[in-house]
Amino acid sequence: MLIDYAKFAFNGIRNRKLRSWLTMIGIIIGITAVVSLISIGQGLKVAISSQFGDIGTDKLTVTASGGLGPPGTGVAKPLTKDNLEKIENVKGVKVAAGRLIGSAKVEYKDEGIFGNVASMPGGDGREIMESSFDLEAKKGRLLRDGDKRKVVLGDSIAGESMAFSGFEKKIDTGSKIMIEGEEFEVVGLLEKTGSFTVDALIFMEEDDLREVLDISNEEYNIIMIQVHPNADIKIVDEDIEKLLRKERDVKKGEEDFTVQTPQATIDQINSALFAVQLFVYIIAAISILVGGIGIMNTMFTSVLERTKDIGIMKSIGAKNSTIFTLFFIESGLIGSVGGIMGAVFGIAMATGLASVGRLLLGSELIRAEISIWLILGSIFGSFLLGTIFGVIPAIRASKLNPVDALRDAK
Amino acid sequence: MKKNIIELRNVWKTYRMGDVDVNALRGMNFDVKKGEFVAIMGPSGSGKSTAVNMVGCLDIPTKGEVFLDGKNIAHLHESELAQIRGRKIGFIFQTFNLIHTISAKENITLAMVFQGVPVDKRNKRAEELLNKVNLSHRINHRPTEMSGGERQRVAIARALANNPDVILADEPTGNLDSKTGKMIMDFLRKLNKEDGKTIIMVTHDESLAKYADKIAHLRDGIIIKES
Ligand SMILES: Nc1ncnc2c1ncn2[C@@H]1O[C@H](COP(=O)(O)OP(=O)(O)O)[C@@H](O)[C@H]1O
Ligand SMILES: [Mg+2]
Repeated sequence: MLIDYAKFAFNGIRNRKLRSWLTMIGIIIGITAVVSLISIGQGLKVAISSQFGDIGTDKLTVTASGGLGPPGTGVAKPLTKDNLEKIENVKGVKVAAGRLIGSAKVEYKDEGIFGNVASMPGGDGREIMESSFDLEAKKGRLLRDGDKRKVVLGDSIAGESMAFSGFEKKIDTGSKIMIEGEEFEVVGLLEKTGSFTVDALIFMEEDDLREVLDISNEEYNIIMIQVHPNADIKIVDEDIEKLLRKERDVKKGEEDFTVQTPQATIDQINSALFAVQLFVYIIAAISILVGGIGIMNTMFTSVLERTKDIGIMKSIGAKNSTIFTLFFIESGLIGSVGGIMGAVFGIAMATGLASVGRLLLGSELIRAEISIWLILGSIFGSFLLGTIFGVIPAIRASKLNPVDALRDAK
Repeated sequence: MKKNIIELRNVWKTYRMGDVDVNALRGMNFDVKKGEFVAIMGPSGSGKSTAVNMVGCLDIPTKGEVFLDGKNIAHLHESELAQIRGRKIGFIFQTFNLIHTISAKENITLAMVFQGVPVDKRNKRAEELLNKVNLSHRINHRPTEMSGGERQRVAIARALANNPDVILADEPTGNLDSKTGKMIMDFLRKLNKEDGKTIIMVTHDESLAKYADKIAHLRDGIIIKES
């Protein structure tokens, strides 16, 4: 019997196609927003965790500035070689390595780009970098101590990549490229790392980078620290902060440096993501609410238009509850159809945005995480929305007096 | 002596129109025997439709009792009234009162949907009934694609859907030309004579009254003469 009612309700929607579509728009927009943004947001979270997951939980990163601006922009008072040497002596620190990052004009044949160059620390530091960032040569080799005027290129630099950050021409090992007018030999091409920032880097030895970018011998942008397996990373973190406050002569709370654990970075990005998501949720909630009110309005109109039909149905045996059910199903159906369409659009939009993101950033990591529960939940939620906003019109329809309803002009 | 299927005992119906009370029925008493064909005549506004609606459980009296098959329906709950309308009563209206957005067949099956008749059974019955009113060729047409006479025949078929004992026809030929009206009347007579349906028909037309076993003359909400 419910099936028959559903068919009848569906018929009602079909007979008012235009209005039904218009009614659904609010819900479609809301659900599209919810589905696509949650999927993208989840995808980004996964991508971010996997990027930082590699760095490991035994590493600390010290940067100058407040930590939010990209390192190497020169805004903050840089870290110093002296800072690095003192940090090496902090209890619990196994290895500390200074890093430099900067941007430079890079030319290959007649093509020129601005690329990000990064220093490779010598000695023990080299290994931390290689393991943290998962650096592996897909062609040629990685840098080694004593390499002069040699570079290793990240995967998106060397061409053939879909990313916009690299060269269009393919660069092979043995090729010569110009960095700030100096000639470098490409000795290795890196495997894709899964981090689009690392993939876009050009690695060279520290001395070369200082020369090319004219950076003083004393400066570092980043200090990477590997903590002893037995040491408590929190205590080491605190000790380093204490040390640097003293060294750099700043008070607690006014630090011109940041010591970051990978987890803290993830948390930071997640909270930024959350703020964006929250904003979108609010917009989605508003459009869903508007959609709900739209359903209510449409259903009221529908009751008015079909007053006579309601009278007819009552005269041939429909109970109040029957009429209620018919209208209730109809509004639930409008909600569900809106929800299904919203989910479809949302999935399309999420996957579309993700592939645009992959193209732009050249990272395979950017994917929409579409969960079946999200889809089912939003469709069920839309159905619920339809029914909730359909209750009052349905009650009004069911309470119509049969004789009065039959006297309705239409 | 056949027993009464319908009895109205001192039935009053008062409508409130703004500040004025309108007494559509003023203590009407009326009996109909099982299998009878009764015509109700009277001037416009005399309460004919109101009386028929009482019998058909579309409305309840302000005062008095209405018995259908010995059961007092004056104080029943809405859902019980709906039940009776669906099972024991078949309505035929002057304006046909079909649902325009669905086909002839669906108009008929809908009455059976409300009674929980299974789908194949009600489809079969709807086709039989459309055949009975000579509309087999119109099964999937919508009312808007049909003439008045055809619509009224669909309405008759729908009234018969759940095989009710009583057919209530409120000016069934009022919107039809006389030739079509006669055809509808022939159908009603056949239902009465062959199928033994009890029929109460409201009409203005003296010439139609001859189909009836009994004519009740209504004026100002009360029966002034039965013949
Ligand atoms: N729902 C209603 N509300 C107010 N007045 C009504 C209503 N139904 C009928 N009436 C009044 O009751 C009287 C009888 O109406 P009705 O039974 O329709 O007469 P008939 O069918 O004989 O023309 C009329 O005066 C009519 O105006
Ligand atoms: Mg009337």
